[in-house]
Amino acid sequence: MINTLNQTARRIPAYTIYIAGIALAAWTIYAALATPDPAKVLERDLGTRGLQILIATLCITPLRWYGVNLLKFRRALGLMGFMFITLHFLTWMLLDLALRWSEILTDLTKRPFIIVGFLAFVALIPLAVTSNNAMIKRLGATRWKRLHWLAYPATLAGAVHFVMIGKVYTLESALYFLAVAGLLIARRLKSRKKAPQPA
Amino acid sequence: GSPYSTDEAPNSFEDITTYNNYYEFGYDKADPAAYAGKLKTDPWSVTVDGLVDNPGTYSLADLIAGQPIEERIYRFRCVEAWSMIVPWQGLQLSGLLQKLGVKPEAKYVAFETVVRPDEMPGITGGMIDWPYREGLRLDEAMHPLTILATGLYGKPMPNQNGAPIRLVVPWKYGFKSIKAIVRISLVAEQPVTTWNTLAANEYGFYANVNPEVDHPRWSQASERRIGGGLFAGRIDTLKFNGYGDQVASLYAGQDLTKDY
Repeated sequence: MINTLNQTARRIPAYTIYIAGIALAAWTIYAALATPDPAKVLERDLGTRGLQILIATLCITPLRWYGVNLLKFRRALGLMGFMFITLHFLTWMLLDLALRWSEILTDLTKRPFIIVGFLAFVALIPLAVTSNNAMIKRLGATRWKRLHWLAYPATLAGAVHFVMIGKVYTLESALYFLAVAGLLIARRLKSRKKAPQPA
Repeated sequence: GSPYSTDEAPNSFEDITTYNNYYEFGYDKADPAAYAGKLKTDPWSVTVDGLVDNPGTYSLADLIAGQPIEERIYRFRCVEAWSMIVPWQGLQLSGLLQKLGVKPEAKYVAFETVVRPDEMPGITGGMIDWPYREGLRLDEAMHPLTILATGLYGKPMPNQNGAPIRLVVPWKYGFKSIKAIVRISLVAEQPVTTWNTLAANEYGFYANVNPEVDHPRWSQASERRIGGGLFAGRIDTLKFNGYGDQVASLYAGQDLTKDY
């Protein structure tokens, strides 16, 4: 089964992810427009999709441990996650708070859940900017990898932001948080195992 | 129309009936419209107890018999910072309380929503201690703006909006306006209320609409008026939801940053 999966993946070009991501964003906007509170629904749905895509991106590496190789999709997935989070941020600023600056600044300085979400977004920016071959070459593989480890705390902060928005804690919000925390722990355990053993 | 009605244009019937917070049917605002149809609202009875001259379990018809029903077009402001204009039909709670005979020791009115897990899919699991409970101070309950609504847009109350009978207190955040009432209790002490129990720092007992007192997680200075579309932006929130002329005196001497 893994072989079939890998063979299928090999035949699908990575740009499919960009097409699917943009189509999903367009659908998300279209679906929100049909609701009574489109700005809020759009804001929420873009954020949720962004978080889901970022979690999917973090799954690419652990899947390789089990022989599933989807590595060629990782950059596109990460960038699409970033696109959703950027649109989520812009929707909040332009459509929900509608550029009411005093309220935006109060939110960004006073409200922990906004601060956590904003930091998650800011942390994704250097990752998006360096998600190309030229930047990998310029930074060198080691530094690039070290920088991109930021994807874990950024996604974790995104999941925490999601949990904090809820008026009550839901199973859904807990699952996102547990998924990211689990991926982060798995990654740490794996890298500890790989470290050279003392003689 | 009633002198208590706003002359602002009401939201569409569709907006009012498809965007609801009613966690007994699910967390999403589309859930009540999707699932509330299963709730059986006829026959319906309401238990009246506590410090009252005429306690008992009344059929809905008996409970409201003799109470004039009139249209009230009210602003409705959710604690989540969105708002609507709703043309309710209802009776003044004050008239009903007079009929029931409030004893002088009574200081508050407590309300409970029906709990029927078989008809309310949101009730299973979750972290809310059902039934949903709300309450008012007696002077708030007796205020002429406070109504028990039995319909909207001239139609019987849709299930997702709190059929067959719900409270509407237009100067308070929407969560005070408890739906599908099955118990009305006259009590001496401030009653326990659902959202106040879940997060006392976020949802006070009074819950008066107040742009000067922010919710800990968001500003209450402005609101999105439903129905304006994606680019509608926000409007400024009015203290007491614009009903200050009529209700501010109820809170004379109270610090509204403490009694939020």
